[in-house]
Amino acid sequence: MTNHWIDIANSDCILIMGSNAAENHPISFRWVTKAQLAGTPVIHVDPRFTRTSAKADIYAPIRSGTDIAFLGGMIKYIIDNNKYFKEYIANYTNGAFIVGDKFSFKDGLFSGYDAEKRKYDQSTWAFKMEANGMPAVDKTLEDPRCVFQLLKTHYARYDLDTVSSITGTPKDDLLKVYETYAATGVPDKAGTIMYAMGWTQHTVGVQNIRCMAIIQLLLGNMGAAGGGVNALRGESNVQGSTDHGLLFHILPGYLPTPAASLQTLAEYNKKYTPTSNDPLSANWWQNRPKYVASLLKSMYGDAATPENEFCYSWLPKVEDGKTYSWLDLFDSMYQKQFSGFLCWGQNPACSGANADKNRDAMANLDWMVVVNLFENETASFWKGPGVDPKQIKTEVFFLPCAAYMEKEGSITNSGRWGQWRYKAQEPPGEALPDGDIIIELFNEIRALYKEDKEATFPDPVLNLKWDYISNGKFDAHSVAKAINGYFTKDVTIQDKQYKKGDLVPSFALLQDDGSTSSGNWLYCQSYTADGNNMARREKDDPTGLGLYSKWSWCWPVNRRIIYNRASVDLKGNPWNPKKPVIQWVVEDGKGKWTGDVPDGGWPPLQNADGTANDKSKLPFIMKPAGVASIFGNGAKDGPFPEHYEPLECPVEKNPLSAQLTNPVAAVYGTARDIIKTCDPRFPFVGTTYRVTEHWQTGVLTRWLPWLLEAEPQLFVEMSEQLARMKGINNGDMAIVESPRGKLEAVAIVTKRLQPFTVLGQEVHLVGLPWHYGWTWPPDGGDSANLLTPAVGDPNTRIPETKAFMVNVSKKEV
Amino acid sequence: MKLTRRDFLKISGAATAGLALSGMGFDLRPVHAFSMELRTKDAKESPTICCYCAVGCGIICHTSTQTGQVVYTEGDADHPINGGSLCAKGAAAYQIAQNDRRITKVLYRAPNASEWEEKSWDWTLKEIAKRVKKSRDASFTAKNEKGLVVNRCDGIVSVGSAALDNEECWTYQAMLRALGLVYIEHQARI
Repeated sequence: MTNHWIDIANSDCILIMGSNAAENHPISFRWVTKAQLAGTPVIHVDPRFTRTSAKADIYAPIRSGTDIAFLGGMIKYIIDNNKYFKEYIANYTNGAFIVGDKFSFKDGLFSGYDAEKRKYDQSTWAFKMEANGMPAVDKTLEDPRCVFQLLKTHYARYDLDTVSSITGTPKDDLLKVYETYAATGVPDKAGTIMYAMGWTQHTVGVQNIRCMAIIQLLLGNMGAAGGGVNALRGESNVQGSTDHGLLFHILPGYLPTPAASLQTLAEYNKKYTPTSNDPLSANWWQNRPKYVASLLKSMYGDAATPENEFCYSWLPKVEDGKTYSWLDLFDSMYQKQFSGFLCWGQNPACSGANADKNRDAMANLDWMVVVNLFENETASFWKGPGVDPKQIKTEVFFLPCAAYMEKEGSITNSGRWGQWRYKAQEPPGEALPDGDIIIELFNEIRALYKEDKEATFPDPVLNLKWDYISNGKFDAHSVAKAINGYFTKDVTIQDKQYKKGDLVPSFALLQDDGSTSSGNWLYCQSYTADGNNMARREKDDPTGLGLYSKWSWCWPVNRRIIYNRASVDLKGNPWNPKKPVIQWVVEDGKGKWTGDVPDGGWPPLQNADGTANDKSKLPFIMKPAGVASIFGNGAKDGPFPEHYEPLECPVEKNPLSAQLTNPVAAVYGTARDIIKTCDPRFPFVGTTYRVTEHWQTGVLTRWLPWLLEAEPQLFVEMSEQLARMKGINNGDMAIVESPRGKLEAVAIVTKRLQPFTVLGQEVHLVGLPWHYGWTWPPDGGDSANLLTPAVGDPNTRIPETKAFMVNVSKKEV
Repeated sequence: MKLTRRDFLKISGAATAGLALSGMGFDLRPVHAFSMELRTKDAKESPTICCYCAVGCGIICHTSTQTGQVVYTEGDADHPINGGSLCAKGAAAYQIAQNDRRITKVLYRAPNASEWEEKSWDWTLKEIAKRVKKSRDASFTAKNEKGLVVNRCDGIVSVGSAALDNEECWTYQAMLRALGLVYIEHQARI
């Protein structure tokens, strides 16, 4: 989230799309409701009428997988009806930038497409540059090659009739949503978007979100209280685990994993440290070398020196251009490329798309380690349905771990708040906290490397800094301090002295010469000389905006609303004076920012008399140009979002172009990867979702009697019309089948689902929760991911589990 | 006296609201107070944060000072996000803490075996370490096909975990990267 949960209450219009917040993030509705009671309209756009829809002022149905068509229509509406915030676009976005001559868009394809490689040459999407090394701009937004005009042209095709024929949303509903949301395009109003996996789990997932980001920029909603782009993350610490780089493409703090072509730290820094010729650009990533050096110091301690580039050569290097994502991982496991597998607190036998492929893949391993609280389908895959244990050679180690109230440490919520948790009891039996398991396991591994003089490349194993134990136990405080970072020698910075061993007070003080360590620069300030800031529980709220700046701590540097310098005009006055996130206040001739921690302390872009202040910086400090990207030339599938159908879809034609599906979507080619579009055997759109009472694969919640009693087994929801057509009654057992798998589920026949009219045809959609698995409860059903396809977004490679094709039939008794 | 469910709710509701006399004509307040006292009497309160979605609601765990066990959980009324309220899952926190279905011993499944066996931590961690070393050393790629130094372990992969605390996540990634793993993924990708 750019903003945070409580801030939703500040919104002037709440759009919930790609999310069923009332059921899946129920407490978010405390703040949605508060806004609604103050007169804020709440809009829900979703294939199903859910409890979120029931609470909304406007509900608009949408066929799953057509969000870009829906939102593209909103962009057109905003531009055609002059609802955009021109001053914001011209000054705080790249809307005024002139795009280079090589860029074009024709019939669904952007320039630079290589059909053989299924890849774009993104260099054709570059901006036109001036002699001074800065992009050419036209702040009137009238140049036909400026981003704003290209945007207008791009979405001119997204008229109401076309959009409605794709999405199945009635035109009246489209208009109602567009009018209501676009009303936040005035300076003193802000709309917010609450989205979740309903947007990410598509082959156009990134572009779904970019499309909304464009809308937020056109309306000037970024940086403001009650605005922003807000991902409702589904795991309690998925924000923190992402921040700390448990992903193939990033090290902690969003530092790209080094590739083979970057043999030295100098080469790495050169490639990943952006430059800007604009004196008004803070270009914050110019500090990247400090963060990398500090990370390596925290990993390798005294072994990491400037002379050996802080042991950069010890970091594993990925092959250039190769992806090692979840889908790639299981694809390669299926193709017998790995011997060992660590599965820590996750259940891929149920959570992965095309789950049977994952289950098969695990039989190809020599050994695997599963860490969890309860038995699950991954740990016990060797005795799953249709599996003969005698045929499975994989050794499995099940390590029982502590539950969250059985250990101490922090987790980071969607609003980026790092919150400290305390231990309330010992883990049961011989279960151990994960931290202890990690420490002890690595101690054993390291002992083997110490013993073996012939061991392969032992240096990083032997030299990893590993002193996080107090009284024989994993010490979360010790790690939290290492993540924050230390001075590694006595230094003086801007006349202030810091001693070796002092905690670094803020990431602005991190250095690239080895004089600081920091396990994650973004968390620098989380644990300082003042103490553990994540454990704070003070409830002051001086702004009245619910920032609660002394409750816990949030990254970066406790800034509760990021990009907040875009919430003020060029002189530093809030666009919305009633809800000022920050404000430039001059007292005794000296100016300062009040309110939230600003995105940098530089003065406003203009002085009070309207003259430019050359000491200022543009608001989007993480972007080299200092402004937000309406034209996003870093995305792999195009600088503007374009509607493409899901890889499995119910239509043969895309009325917007000749390109039916995303031309660069991630696809895989094993015998298990079967995709069927417009196959009469699979005529209905399928989608997956969650219920309030269960969580993810149900790996925890299926074992809790209170929750299991409320939602005991798999079901499939369908409309009355479809049920009638298929002779299915409410409560019957139904069979749901996709090209990849088959499930039995209780039929719920409901008005909450209605058929869509798509390109003049009636299209039905069915939905299933994905919380179930064969281990428990008996006869509770199996994972809905047995049906979903392992195809992915080209940028993130997140699988398309929200739109695929199925058949349903009544189970004959 | 025969009470219907509706009558009972009326009575217990009145007691909670603090009326002097209940519908039955006697004062229920001491009974009510006593019953509340039993559950959390002398219990130690520990704040925690819910383990499910990422709203980050505060929960208070009450731990018996006699048994050291969590005896009650409730929403943290001081927490600015949830103000004491919880959804069904968060409200069931107690059943995570007290649940006889938890796995309490290390389990091992040998190749082609049909059952789990219970094992000690010591044996298990040593055996896993042997396998990690064997797989790593056998699959280690010091240089790629182009002759570039990559120092990578290609034979072991990891998934997980958004279920860990930040400090555990960081420590886990440090271990994996020291071993040279590049297939490192977790919930954020799916």
